[in-house]
Amino acid sequence: MTAELGHFALVLALSVALVQATIPLLGAWRGDQGWIALARPAAVVQCLLIVIAFGALMHAYITSDFSVLNVATNSHSAKPLLYKISGVWGNHEGSLLLWLLILVLFGAAVAVFGGNLPAPFRARVLSVQAMIAVGFLAFVLFTSNPFERLLPAPLDGRGLNPLLQDPGLAFHPPFLYLGYVGFSMAFSFAVAALIEGRVDAAWARWVRPWTLAAWCFLTTGIALGSWWAYYELGWGGWWFWDPVENASFMPWLAGTALLHSAVVVEKRDSLKNWTVLLAIVTFSLSLLGTFLVRSGVLTSVHAFATDPARGIFILAFLITVIAGSLTLYAIRAPAMKGGGLFAPVSREGGLVLNNLLLSTACATVLLGTLYPLFLDAVTGEKITVGPPYFNATFGPLMLPALIAMAVGPMLHWKRADLTGAIQRLKFAIVAAMAALFVTLVMAHDGPWLAIPGIALGVWMIAAALEEAAYRLRLFRAPAGESLRRLLRSPRSAWGTTFAHAGAGMVIIGIVASSAWQVEKLQIMRTGDVVAVGDFSFKFVGASPFRGPNYSAVSGTFQVSRNGNDFATLKPESRNYQDPPMETTEAAIRTGWGGDLYAVIGDPTGDGAWSTRFYHKPMIHWIWMGALIMMLGGLVSLSDRRHRVGAPARRGAAGRPLNVAKSPAGE
Amino acid sequence: MSNPIAEQGSRRHWLRLVPLVIALVIGGFLFAGLNLRPKEIPSVLIGKAVPDFELPPLPGRPRGLTTADLKGEVSLVNVFASWCVSCRAEHPLFMKLQASGVVPVHGLNYKDEGSAAMGWLRRHGDPYDRVGADLKGRVGIDWGVYGVPETFLVSAEGRIVCKHIGPIMQRDLDDKLLPFIKALREGGTPQC
Repeated sequence: MTAELGHFALVLALSVALVQATIPLLGAWRGDQGWIALARPAAVVQCLLIVIAFGALMHAYITSDFSVLNVATNSHSAKPLLYKISGVWGNHEGSLLLWLLILVLFGAAVAVFGGNLPAPFRARVLSVQAMIAVGFLAFVLFTSNPFERLLPAPLDGRGLNPLLQDPGLAFHPPFLYLGYVGFSMAFSFAVAALIEGRVDAAWARWVRPWTLAAWCFLTTGIALGSWWAYYELGWGGWWFWDPVENASFMPWLAGTALLHSAVVVEKRDSLKNWTVLLAIVTFSLSLLGTFLVRSGVLTSVHAFATDPARGIFILAFLITVIAGSLTLYAIRAPAMKGGGLFAPVSREGGLVLNNLLLSTACATVLLGTLYPLFLDAVTGEKITVGPPYFNATFGPLMLPALIAMAVGPMLHWKRADLTGAIQRLKFAIVAAMAALFVTLVMAHDGPWLAIPGIALGVWMIAAALEEAAYRLRLFRAPAGESLRRLLRSPRSAWGTTFAHAGAGMVIIGIVASSAWQVEKLQIMRTGDVVAVGDFSFKFVGASPFRGPNYSAVSGTFQVSRNGNDFATLKPESRNYQDPPMETTEAAIRTGWGGDLYAVIGDPTGDGAWSTRFYHKPMIHWIWMGALIMMLGGLVSLSDRRHRVGAPARRGAAGRPLNVAKSPAGE
Repeated sequence: MSNPIAEQGSRRHWLRLVPLVIALVIGGFLFAGLNLRPKEIPSVLIGKAVPDFELPPLPGRPRGLTTADLKGEVSLVNVFASWCVSCRAEHPLFMKLQASGVVPVHGLNYKDEGSAAMGWLRRHGDPYDRVGADLKGRVGIDWGVYGVPETFLVSAEGRIVCKHIGPIMQRDLDDKLLPFIKALREGGTPQC
């Protein structure tokens, strides 16, 4: 019964969404208060209905109800509870339902917490949000119903892909979707603003927290995914420029640009057209990602089972949403003129540079991702675009952005003094020089590009810290004043400090782990010893054991450093039965200097085993850095001005409300 | 300097259409992409003789499958397994094919337990003329199998004419396999 209940809730949700997509919008146009007021309860009811549907599917998974086709295909009674739950979104239909759930949760959040928005504007936002929901609900109901029955019910299910039976991956999709779908808020705000024909500082202030939240989630989701790839796939890699990875990375790049350009709209009433366009593009890229995973258009390790009917449907939806919003943009954008003037060297100028570089980088990733498709369509030739392309194009574009991002927060609004800003970063310059020198001494045999790479990361971290110290007048004013400034300085400025320092850590992690990694592949017998950098790995033995739904071999390696015991690593090679598949569970020991990584492969048949070891210096900085970036986003999100209602709009033109003339806290 | 984007806007309205045009061009390519099937990596085996192999029958089922069995008449070889869900989707089509007698269908039971495979055939029907049990998946490697289900069209001379990856739909049968079978029988050499 629960499955039918879930199905019914979806049908009801579709009808509510249809009402919510039209009536409040018309009400805002006609000025009908009753119709406008419908938006809030509709959003809440729609959310409740999808929660019921999602709950019904989860119930079917937890109770292993194999009369539901989706459960029979993707679950198994012997699976641990966590993976029964994560199995709900480990497949096409269930993941769409999760997408919808998050979409309506965001909608309900606007309905409940959006008290500071003018009612007509809120009604328009919720209507646009409901239009997206209509598309996805129709997609689920007509092509991908998760509640389809399978009669007679099989005795047991087919199981979840063992690679997906992992805690890291259990949480990766929800975070990714929270990010993707979170950008739908920016989109809905942008489209609502285009319908109203007005973008102003208040708009930017409303849209920023939603964008920030989505960005935090997406950062976490991408980091979790790459961390999973790192420890689960057993090659020690963490980013492969796979089309679907790119699909999540493009909205991240566009969303990062959006975060920064929205600041300019908020503070200076400038870049309005561009920000609205970015909001549309960011969500469009999220939708594109959803399409790429589900249509089979590109080959990827992530692809779901594909069905041409689904591809057509989602493409039609994608084109309707994107072409519709961009047409609206083409009509309305000329009406929105920017206000604030600024010199090329200024905070705004820095943010424009940031936007130019981030969006160009995003475009190169898009080109590389879709190029195989373009070529196949035009010439019929089948190719893949791999890391060499991305490293050659993306890297050089990001380099100036990374160097400049250290200086940006030091620049004043409107007109800034670049020399002065750089002089105020003297500690960071010294730190970067010192890093260059130390790396040169420690790694005198190269690789040469890695040495400035480390210096770049140090420059970014040191500059972020120095900017914070400057803001607090640390060491320049009495300690009491610095403390007072610490307590009073805006949290969004701290968000910048954290996020920029985190990005520097990511750079150091990437550079160090790829430049100075040691890799050893060999066949080992019990008692053999292999040297990996400063470490030596001794093979103690391998023994079979049984897990809850797999059989496995566990190898034991005693690692010592300079003759002293350092760690014991126990990598596993697992053999799942439902469905049959082998997975590797790398053993990883994380230390301050980096990771030791061990993989046990196949037996050779005469008592020896193939084994693989890596030493990856500082690789964990990648994920620590991403975590700190995400924390920076959260700190900024907690800023007072997002919580205290945005000031009311003044005048039809929407004049700037809060013109900061100098860096925050100055 | 004033904001360049805002300033150009009033003069060049057509610039506003650029994002829309780019989106539509990409959309057009994506639409073309839906019919392209990048996964159909041209198999090196197309046009070649089937690999040499000899597979035992499933326990309790008479005929196994060998290279020699694929010579003499046009046939289909369907790679299936009881653990494969998509195989259930295409199974009724093979049942219909067998009932109509258009073409003999042989099974290659891939990485499966014999008893599980037999149980599966009992439950869903057995459309196969011969079934070879490839317990270890060794023969599957020679055939270039990398996912189940896959279906091969083999000519009367024992040559692989076509390879279909994924479940066969009625459309694949009507548009591809059946016309090819007809052409093969009439002495043609259809290209996949």
